[in-house]
Amino acid sequence: MADKFMHSVHLDESKCVGCTNCIKRCPTGAIRVRNGKAQITKESCIDCGECIRTCQHNAKIPIYDPLSVMDNYKYKVALPAPSLYGQFNNLNDSNIVLTALLLMGFDDVFEVGAAAEIVSMMTRDYVKNHKEQWPLISTACPAIVKLIRVRFPGLIDQLLPIQPPVEIAATLARRRAMEQTGLPSEDIGIFFISPCPAKTTACRSPIGVEKTDVDAVLAIKDVYVRLLPFMDHAAQDPLDIAAAGRIGVGWGISGGEAAGLINDEYLAADGIENCIRVLEDLEDEKFSTLQFVELDACAGGCVGGLLTVENPYIAKVKLSRLRKYLPVAKTHVSIPNFGYWEYIPEYEDVYSLGKNMAENLSKLAQIEELTERFPGIDCGSCGSPSCRALAEDIVRGLATEDDCIHVCFDKYKKGENQ
Amino acid sequence: MSDSIELVYEVSGDDFTRAGEASSDVKKKLKLMGVHHDIIRKVSIAMYEGEINMVIHANGGTITVVVSDTDVTMVLADTGPGIPDIEKAMTAGYSTAPENVRNLGFGAGMGLPNMKKYSDEFNIESTVGVGTTVTMKVYLQ
Repeated sequence: MADKFMHSVHLDESKCVGCTNCIKRCPTGAIRVRNGKAQITKESCIDCGECIRTCQHNAKIPIYDPLSVMDNYKYKVALPAPSLYGQFNNLNDSNIVLTALLLMGFDDVFEVGAAAEIVSMMTRDYVKNHKEQWPLISTACPAIVKLIRVRFPGLIDQLLPIQPPVEIAATLARRRAMEQTGLPSEDIGIFFISPCPAKTTACRSPIGVEKTDVDAVLAIKDVYVRLLPFMDHAAQDPLDIAAAGRIGVGWGISGGEAAGLINDEYLAADGIENCIRVLEDLEDEKFSTLQFVELDACAGGCVGGLLTVENPYIAKVKLSRLRKYLPVAKTHVSIPNFGYWEYIPEYEDVYSLGKNMAENLSKLAQIEELTERFPGIDCGSCGSPSCRALAEDIVRGLATEDDCIHVCFDKYKKGENQ
Repeated sequence: MSDSIELVYEVSGDDFTRAGEASSDVKKKLKLMGVHHDIIRKVSIAMYEGEINMVIHANGGTITVVVSDTDVTMVLADTGPGIPDIEKAMTAGYSTAPENVRNLGFGAGMGLPNMKKYSDEFNIESTVGVGTTVTMKVYLQ
């Protein structure tokens, strides 16, 4: 099994100048600058991509597969995410994009939006029959699932135990390809065209299931460039193959998944900080009447993913326009007998200070006392995101008081006066 | 080695946007201490209700939290108007919150009953014109 703490960001050390931007922005406090370079604590990284967004030196690199992996397979199937459709100007028919994907070199296309309609159907059924878990929390965004796994243990039981649409799409696409071509599974390449790098980890090291049918994760931005030259040609005579309706395409934007419940008892939040606030309140049982909670780590939903091209809010308008005249749903099948989680992920305690309560108490007391000694300006020069975080790092044995330049300067001044 | 730690919070009155700061700080610290999430939830719900009460009725006050290796004790003390009839105040649904507060979604008359429900030990003392002190204990085991 792949490393459960693997993640989707890589540091280009040659570009990292050791500034404080990423450590400040990380919602789980997973980054420290040590020896002048940003280091990610992989246990607490949730793949939200905030550090990549904020790095002005392009030192944080999202991980995904290059288009050249397509060459490794005889038969290639594209799995476009709904957010792909939001990248193009004046797109009034998703068939154009799907046709262009075939012209670009794929042998078949299976829309993730079509599988999303199946997941919406499974979700409606699951939510209806599991009142004891209300509100169920969507598990489509891998960053949110990872966040809950490390920070909200009390909410793990409320996670919707259904695989994300891309996994359902991959399974169905592989079956179809094998039936249609007679080729063995290893000759068939299933390529997710993804808005975000978190999906790379989610596909290589999935949570809730042991194996995945996705062979590679391609970036929307890479595929977009290759698709553009084929768009005009595809628009002249597009094939009629689109299988995602309004619900499926809507999954690309915040609130789209929740709307698929066809029920008003839901909440949808987007942007990692907003999601954290909602989770904190959920933990304290502040919502009593909700059935479902959709959380998207990226602002705007999947259209806000790091591997997209278009401004998320413009992409949202474009998707809404495209959806307007689509039928509510186009994929009508019975509820599949697969696609559910095989196991419930366990809480990963990455924050506890010590092994027992006595040790915890004494360490917390040390943190409180140390915090008082620092200036409280959270300058980040020590490499920790705040004075309090430095105090924590010291107590954990990862830093020393002299890492604080203000403490050092005071010592220096005292020395001068003597 | 210390066997308990004391945390003190000042709650300001009439400021709903800041109500909850104390309980979320305690929550953060209990997480660092590896306290089980079911216990954190009890502390955090009981304390938040108390904070809101202090904001609505007492123009703020002081919360002292003592964490030991066996329990979390919260003492919420204010110098507000006091409660004339504690028994009545403890009745679920009984509320003296003003209309503007209810419009914000608070003041449903569940504050004190919930504080009692989510704590393992609960004590309230109040003198009209002097103030109210609520003491709540949540066991760690």
